[in-house]
Parts: sequence; C-alpha cells; structure tokens
Amino acid sequence: MEWLQQLINGISLGAIYALIALGYTMVYGIVKLINFAHGDVFMLGAFVGFYSLTVLHLGLIPSLLLSMAVTSVIGVVIERVAYRRLRNSPRVAALTTAIGVSFFIEYTMIFARSAKPEAYPDLFSGQQFELFGASFRVEALYILIIAVLLMIILQWIVHSTKIGKAMRAVSYDAEAARLMGISVDRTISWTFALGSALAGAAGVIFGLYYTRIDPLMGLIPGLKAFIAAVLGGIGSIPGAMVGGLLLGLVETLVSALGFSLMRDAVAFIILILILLFLPTGLFGKNVREKV
Amino acid sequence: MLSLKSTHVFYGKIHALKGVSLDVQKGEIVTLIGSNGAGKTSLLRTISGLVRPREGELLYEGSALNRIPAEKIVSLGISHVPEGRRIFANLSVRENLEMGAYLRKDKDGIQSDMERVFTLFPRLKERIRQQAGTLSGGEQQMLAIGRALMARPKLLLLDEPSMGLAPVLVQMIFEIIQEINAQGTTILIVEQNAYMALNIAHRAYVIETGRIVLSGTAEELKASEEVKKAYLGG
Repeated sequence: MEWLQQLINGISLGAIYALIALGYTMVYGIVKLINFAHGDVFMLGAFVGFYSLTVLHLGLIPSLLLSMAVTSVIGVVIERVAYRRLRNSPRVAALTTAIGVSFFIEYTMIFARSAKPEAYPDLFSGQQFELFGASFRVEALYILIIAVLLMIILQWIVHSTKIGKAMRAVSYDAEAARLMGISVDRTISWTFALGSALAGAAGVIFGLYYTRIDPLMGLIPGLKAFIAAVLGGIGSIPGAMVGGLLLGLVETLVSALGFSLMRDAVAFIILILILLFLPTGLFGKNVREKV
Repeated sequence: MLSLKSTHVFYGKIHALKGVSLDVQKGEIVTLIGSNGAGKTSLLRTISGLVRPREGELLYEGSALNRIPAEKIVSLGISHVPEGRRIFANLSVRENLEMGAYLRKDKDGIQSDMERVFTLFPRLKERIRQQAGTLSGGEQQMLAIGRALMARPKLLLLDEPSMGLAPVLVQMIFEIIQEINAQGTTILIVEQNAYMALNIAHRAYVIETGRIVLSGTAEELKASEEVKKAYLGG
C-alpha cells in the first residue's frame, strides 16, 4: 500500500501548491504581475498560525481564520504601497519591485525574530487513520478538507458574487469595467485580499504537515506554486488547482522512485518544458495582448 | 443637459480635440460625424471620464464633470457604449447585463430593466446563459447597448454602433436607438456612417481633425453641399 501512501502525500503537497498558485494566478489575471512576494505572504501566514496556536492558544480553525485575515490585510497593503503606483509602468519595474518586497518581508521577519526555525505544535499527537490497509497522518485529511473547502468557496466567490464578477470583468477589460462604475482599485484590492488569504491558509496547513517553519520557507514553495500556476495556465483558476495538484504528485512520485535529490530539478524542468512547448499552460487560452 | 465649451484634449503631444464646443439638450438625438481620427472617440471618452481635458468646461446638468472619475460618472446618468463594443467576453450574457447595473441596489428595478433589454433585443434572451465571447458581432453590439441601458442612463453615448455590421443589422440597431430615445433617453451618437446617423438625429455636428467645422439640424446638414460631398458619397 506504499503507492497509496505516496498518492496521499502527493495530493497533500499538491493542495498546498494549489492554494498558493491561486493567488499568483488571480493577481496575474487582473494586474499582469507575477507577485514574487506571494511566497512570503505564505510564510507570514505560517507564522501567524504558529503564534496563534502557541501564544494565543487558539484552536486550529480560529488560527487558520486569523492567519487568513492577517495575510489578506498584508496582501492589500503590499499592493497599495508597492504595486499600485507602478500599474502603468513597464512590467519589469513592477516585477523588480515584487522581488524587493519579497526580500523586505523576509529580512524584516528575520530582523524582528531572528532566522531560527520554529516547530509547529503537534495538534493531533501523531494520530493515524487506516484506509485500504495503509495508514495516514490525520493532518493529511485536514489539509485535503481545508483545501477543497477553500477552493469551493473561492469558486463560489468568483462566479456567484458581485465582487467576483467584477474581478473577472476587470481582468478582461479594466477600462470597460470602469464604464460600468466598477472601481478598478477596489477590485484589485479584493483580488489581493483573496489570494493572500489562500496563501495564509496554505502556510498554516504547511506548518501543520511539515512542522518546520522559518522566515525563508516561502521561497521554494513560492517558486513551486509559480510553476504550478504556469503549468495550469497563468490567469486560470482551475488551471492553478490542477497545476498545483499535478506538480505535487509528480514531485512525490520522483521522490518515491528514489530520486528525491532530483525533486526540485524536476519541477524546474517542467517549467522549462511548459514554457517551450505549451506556453499558455494546460488551461490557458491564447489571449490577445492588449496594446 | 450636456455642454462642452472649448475643450482641449491631448494624448501625449497629440492635440486630439482643439477647443470643441457642443451642446446636447434633454430628449435629443445628437450625432457627431467625421472621418477616422477626427476626434469623435476622444470626445466621447472625455465626456465619460476616460480621458481628462487639459482645458475647457464640461457641464452636465449644471455640474462640472472634469474632475469626476469615470466610475463615478456612470452614477450621474451617463452611460458609454465604447467603440468596438468591449463586452466582457469571459462573462455570460446575463453577467454582462448585471455588470451594467453594477452600482444599482434596487433588485426589482434591475430585473425589470433586464426584461426591457430583452424586449428590445429578444436575441439576447435566447443567449442569456452563453458566454458573451461566443456571440456574433451584431449580438455583441446589442449586448453592449443593453449593458449600458442597465445603468438606466439619462444620457447614452454611442460610439460607432454600426461598425462591422451587415446593413440589415445596422438598420435594426438604428431603429432600436430611436426607440430607446422615444422611451426618454437622450442620445449622443458618434458615427462614420453619416447617412444612417443623420437619418435618426435631430441635430448634428461635423468634426474634422479635432475641430467642429459644421453644426445644425440634421436636415440642414443633410442638405449641405460640404457634407454631401465628404460624408454622404456625392
């Protein structure tokens, strides 16, 4: 039942990638910016969850919600302070700024509390459950339930609420959206809030599953989630979900076959292959570039 | 209702509108005709707030529009159907219409206005669940007009509604524009198809390279030798 265990591992990792990738893809869809500080928002989410569990002694769900609330505010502030004024600048300027914001968050965090890692509290005291003769950590179950629930809520927001429809309208044609009375600034803030909240949630469940968190933990998962978003087709919400899941499964498979040292390399090889042969990703459409 | 006084608009160094003055009275259909690049679209974009005039006065029902952002101007009762329709192709027909009513909170009113749009354009009702990007050009134009009507405008700005449409459809769209006007909406329509525009308009302006060169009732302009030669093909 080894393969079933690996499958669950892959899906858990993939669910975390998918949650982070959603933020990348939503932000890209609306402002055409790869927000490289997104991985650090994920890190901040992990720390908020950690302090909420250990210092405030809140339960898992309240900690998750608190972390999502804090990261959504941080996301909105990042956009407001760093990106908004660059909206009409060349994209390279915004991209460079995003990398700057990323360093700023990482090293402010190190400055504030040192670089030492923390260990997430063991909420389930190593409980396992059995399925088809294989046993799994309870955390995996929580990751899946939380991730699926959040994605359902996101789909509902994007497709059935007024702000979700405004987000899609602005991402298609911001000027036409203004003619409808839609505030582009406010809609973009909402997009950052939603994407960052998902990254915050991903941070908490990452801490829960992999236990170790530190101020630079956002770098690699952030890059992987970016690859997942490109794999699924940047700008596509279902693409980010599928891309994240696929990447998680592939990485786990590579490790399970005994090539765990190659795991990160494989992710980047996927990125290169996608960019070479399928630049619009699995779910991407050939969207015309607006001139 | 709307009055522009010596309005100047620049795109970078390009002087797009060179002191345009124009009036629209309540209840009228006013048309602005002119060739490509004459400044027709710039004028509409200035009224709806997408571009800012560098100089001049823009009065709507007595208050200045110059500093009001585009997304607020809609709520004053001005809706703009932009050139090239600019519908949200990734949204359904219904969602496009809902976006038109974005600032409104009166659910019943929105519902009855949607019914009104479907009465004007029954084709849209048949396609209500379809993605707007799958509609034909004519249907997209109907949707763009319907979407603008969902804001319940007092003044409707139309930019080249005939563009790229078959003659039958152009005929139909113009009849509907007249009907919308008859139901009480004032209309400012910009057109290259001067013949159609002059047929439904009460008054008209001719714009050339950023300046108004002629104005008068539609009848007068139809009879004018210059207009005949330059815009009516003989």
